[in-house]
Amino acid sequence: MQTSKRPVIARRSVLLLLVLAALLVPVPAFHAPQTHRISIDASQFEYSPGRLTVNRGDTLQVTLTASDVVHGFFLDGYEIDARVEPGISQQFTVSADRSGKFNYRCSVSCGPLHPFMIGELVVGPNEPLWRASAIAVIAAAAMLIGAGTRRSA
Amino acid sequence: MAGERHRRHCGGGDVDRRRDPAVGVKTLVRKPPADERRLDVLGRMPRLRRVVMSRSFQPVSMLLLLAPFALAIVAGLLGTSAGNRNFGIVFVWIVWWAVLMVLMVPGFGRIWCTICPIPAPGEWIQRRGIIGGGGKLRTLGLRWPRRLRNMWIQNVGFLILALFSMIILTRPTVSAGVILGLAGVAVSMSLLFENRVFCKYVCPIGGFIGLYSMAAPIELRVRDTQVCVDHRSKDCITGNERGYGCPWMVYPGKLDRNLDCGFCTECLKTCTMDNVVINLRRPGADLAKPGGGKQIDEAYKALIMLACSIIYPAVLFGPWATVRGWASVESLWGWAIYATAFLSATLLFVPGVFWLTVFAAQRRSATGVTIRQAYREYAHSLIPLGLAAWMAFSVGFALTNGSYALAAVSDPLGWGWNLFGTSETGWTPYLSGTAPAIQAAILVGGLLFSIRTTLRVGFRHDPSGTTATRAAVPVVAFLLASTLALLWLYLG
Ligand code: SF4
Ligand code: SF4
Ligand SMILES: [Cu+2]
Repeated sequence: MQTSKRPVIARRSVLLLLVLAALLVPVPAFHAPQTHRISIDASQFEYSPGRLTVNRGDTLQVTLTASDVVHGFFLDGYEIDARVEPGISQQFTVSADRSGKFNYRCSVSCGPLHPFMIGELVVGPNEPLWRASAIAVIAAAAMLIGAGTRRSA
Repeated sequence: MAGERHRRHCGGGDVDRRRDPAVGVKTLVRKPPADERRLDVLGRMPRLRRVVMSRSFQPVSMLLLLAPFALAIVAGLLGTSAGNRNFGIVFVWIVWWAVLMVLMVPGFGRIWCTICPIPAPGEWIQRRGIIGGGGKLRTLGLRWPRRLRNMWIQNVGFLILALFSMIILTRPTVSAGVILGLAGVAVSMSLLFENRVFCKYVCPIGGFIGLYSMAAPIELRVRDTQVCVDHRSKDCITGNERGYGCPWMVYPGKLDRNLDCGFCTECLKTCTMDNVVINLRRPGADLAKPGGGKQIDEAYKALIMLACSIIYPAVLFGPWATVRGWASVESLWGWAIYATAFLSATLLFVPGVFWLTVFAAQRRSATGVTIRQAYREYAHSLIPLGLAAWMAFSVGFALTNGSYALAAVSDPLGWGWNLFGTSETGWTPYLSGTAPAIQAAILVGGLLFSIRTTLRVGFRHDPSGTTATRAAVPVVAFLLASTLALLWLYLG
């Protein structure tokens, strides 16, 4: 029993290190910061464009318009909230300093599908996605390897 | 009757044998394997026991919930058509759904079925009373057809609701109609058939609650199966002055999976031998048992639920507004495309890919298990991940839209009332920056739980363990692919 415990502990440490690496190692970004002028139009029940992709460090100068009724624009994680009426555009700036996917959603009740009026801002490199996926893969592999070696022990 | 779907739980003979060689040395001081450890909850909590043993426990809980449900129906029919201001939508699809999927099912299994008001009126009509105490049921006493004693009606019912979910979720009148419809079917079935035939074989909600309740850390079982064998009068089946015979037509002495028991606590009361207990146990102890359901219906339930847990976030929260439009029946053509894609994905594509997965698993191992049986049993591996996926979905929805509940309780019909002074509460998403991390953690947790189930199935098929891990690889790949797809939907 004593002899078989060592490798188990060693394996666990390796696993822990891998998970920590997946959690902590910074994902490098190689892009010079840019400023994007972006027009977003809100209508029942979608934003156009529905998906924006920028790099971390970029700045977004957003012009928001509404083409039918009053809509809102709430950006998850950045806590930006704007309200826009048809014919009167709104301007605001987002400094994309956190990576990941952030939904923007309508914050003004605008009709039946209002809670599902959603768009996506992806700030790359999408660290949360890569880290979570890496952890899933490492954990799955570790469980399989663990089960295999436990049998042969 | 229930025996059809049960096998005797033979003292854990089916549990993780592979660990035993290593443990062999310590046999004398060995604790039972984690999967067999049980903690008698009511034994530890006499006050809770008194509550649960009381005849009024279940009816009173149902009555308490009947009020908000009735209000949800009234609000749905008469209240504002703005869903997010209507109590009917907010209470049912935000509050109830989130509490059900995030707390009740994962934490307490079928506890919802204990207190569900939908079958209550029918049950009270059958019993000619609300609190009652074990008289004869009055119904036409028809027998439920043998061919339908499975989950197929529940599978089909769930798919139909899912196909229209976008309008059920957003139109108060439709939502109220669905609840009324379910209650109406429940009452009619109580008049025609004995017991809770509706809950057991028809209710689309009961179907998936039952499936996922097998992952819960709580169960109702008998303390000692031998006591049941020796007890001739079997009051739990026949009923006595203290309670009714099992309304779910289960013999508790053979009960070994949460799926079959509606957690109505009736047998706790009727058992004259004090042999029925509610246990705390290792989560998922019912999964990976031999048989995995005698028919393929249960596997399909797991596959449909997993497929829907991927389709729902894509359609409801994804950036594809066109698909959302199709799903909300804006045009019949659009909806037809959506329905075709949805049904092909849930009934053909995902089950087909899973069949190939199990086929590959069987090719990699040398066990005498047929592919049909392997399919049913490996399908249990999908249960924890599916539940996690629904939890992630519900957490996200509740955090973003939960604040509507504050306004809706003060002004349930959207008529400008202000009962509790909260009707002016604006929309406030909670934890909007952290929700994806919470969802990712839930999903990865579900994946690990699912892989563990896969390995348990594999090692049971091949107790020597020689090929068990090899066989698990394709199934784990399937689970991992589903998880990565979900992570991409929520985080990508
Ligand atoms: S009454 Fe109790 S002891 Fe008797 S068969 Fe039913 S559960 Fe077992
Ligand atoms: S086994 Fe007991 S708790 Fe479960 S449904 Fe039957 S009577 Fe109710
Ligand atoms: Cu809007």
